Amino acid sequence: MEDLTAIELRERIARGEITSVAAVESVFSRIAGRDGAVGAYISTDRERAMARAAEVDRRIAAGEEVGFLGGVPVAVKDNMCTEWGATTCGSKILENFHSPYNATVVEKLIAADAIIVGKTNMDEFAMGSSTENSGLKRTVNPWDTCRVPGGSSGGSAAAVAAGFCYAALGSDTGGSIRQPASFCSVVGLKPTYGRVSRYGLVAYGSSLDQIGPLTRTVADAALVMDVIAGHDPADSTSVDEGIAGGCSYLEGIDKGVEKLRIGIVPGLTTGADESVQRAVEAALEVYKSVGAEIVEVEMPHSEYAIAAYYVIATAEASSNLARYDGVHYGYRSTGAEDYVEVYSKSRAEAFGQEVKRRIMLGTYALSSGYYDAYYLKALKVRNLIRGDFAVAFEKCDCIMMPVAPTTAFRIGEKINDPLTMYLSDVYTIAANLAGIPGMSIPCGFDHDNLPIGLQILGPTFSEGKLLRIGRMYEKETDWCRRRPSFAD
Amino acid sequence: MGKKIDEDQVRKVAKLARLELCEQEVEDFAGQLSAIIGYVEKMNELDTEDVEPLAHCLPVSNVLREDIAGESLGTEAALANAPQWDGDFFKVPKILDGGGGA
Repeated sequence: MEDLTAIELRERIARGEITSVAAVESVFSRIAGRDGAVGAYISTDRERAMARAAEVDRRIAAGEEVGFLGGVPVAVKDNMCTEWGATTCGSKILENFHSPYNATVVEKLIAADAIIVGKTNMDEFAMGSSTENSGLKRTVNPWDTCRVPGGSSGGSAAAVAAGFCYAALGSDTGGSIRQPASFCSVVGLKPTYGRVSRYGLVAYGSSLDQIGPLTRTVADAALVMDVIAGHDPADSTSVDEGIAGGCSYLEGIDKGVEKLRIGIVPGLTTGADESVQRAVEAALEVYKSVGAEIVEVEMPHSEYAIAAYYVIATAEASSNLARYDGVHYGYRSTGAEDYVEVYSKSRAEAFGQEVKRRIMLGTYALSSGYYDAYYLKALKVRNLIRGDFAVAFEKCDCIMMPVAPTTAFRIGEKINDPLTMYLSDVYTIAANLAGIPGMSIPCGFDHDNLPIGLQILGPTFSEGKLLRIGRMYEKETDWCRRRPSFAD
Repeated sequence: MGKKIDEDQVRKVAKLARLELCEQEVEDFAGQLSAIIGYVEKMNELDTEDVEPLAHCLPVSNVLREDIAGESLGTEAALANAPQWDGDFFKVPKILDGGGGA
């Protein structure tokens, strides 16, 4: 049962061959055996999961219809609100926060009869690329426990890779779904900005954040997208179906794309590890063998993406995180003598170093005298980067490149050098600035048996096509069936 | 080369951000923020004189709905996570009479 995909599992549950209760029990026995070492979950709720699984089983036995994820155990990153348990965002400031409502994506998972087994670890407020910035616990990579799982959705990626769930939700502000997916050999999709509701997602960089799936296969990602995508009146930045071209992502996933034109950006990957470059080149050969044409495109402003991103994301973060004031919810310092100290001491005592650093950077960039030089300049560069993609997509259906310049790095390797850590997001950030969808799919391993991801970027609202393109590769290769030996 | 952001600036920004920093943090952030801002200034290589700023990627604006009152959280739920409360109110230290100053 452990090796099934989400689609295979839901079909067997629907046919009565496996009960959802048995699936949930087996997931919890793996968690009990191995999550002490991996640390993927911040919290789990076995009792609640078992009760919901029993209810799904009862309905199937009674011949009733169940939802798209009927009985399938899934995980949710701990920055999505659930009205049960805590929603911590990986932060001490929200360690005991109990949301009074469910995020829209959580409501949609429940409506689809998914069984939410727990909430996954993450970099505090999704700020990081390694999950080392979690204020609550450490998560390691199931492929090599000395290495990071990537971040910020490192807990979700590790949970899928280690068999602690059949699919998970993550959020991606600058690569936080795609990079951990790449480091853990799972599929990760960042949808177009506005395709999935952000209502109930704890905000980091509101013009960049987007929720998406982490799964074992491309087809599973399509299934989860069918559940979570769509307009939400509670999120004014979510886009209605008329603009998004709403349709089933799973239906027609095997059709492929005829006369596929794949864009590559010459020179872009020269900084990447040789093993990463070779794996991506080999993936392009696979596409050529099934009839794709490779075309060269230019991204003249891509080298400025990280600079623009770290101004825009931190500016938005400094504003979004002003709400943690020690008054309405979250941690309050016991040492505050007056109301200013309630703010400044509560924030000082409960935020971690990376969160403080980004609040400082964003506050600086927005402060009087610097706004034009940094924030306004970054918004202009953002427009240039969006323009680069618009021009490139006139010549191709998608652009392929690595997800990250390296495979999973060692725990502690980059944590004391924030700028080096930021530079590791070099290939993922532009998609968030431009609002376009991007996907990471497993495409091989390096000499240390560490996973490598292929990134596929497409125009706005092309995730249906991206999934079909990813599926073309998945059918020709068996990377997605590889499991970490740790899980044996 | 002098730091782009000195320790006094770090203290000023920390005050704006309502973050109490210890001396070690002030020193660390001066170095780290200087390095990051130094990198960010790479953007100055680009002439953006005629480029419009892009705050938001979507082709939607002025999203409105019917002006009909929906359900809101009740007082109890709204106060449930408050560190301190008193009756129907969030409780904070006294603000008037020398309470900190803005």
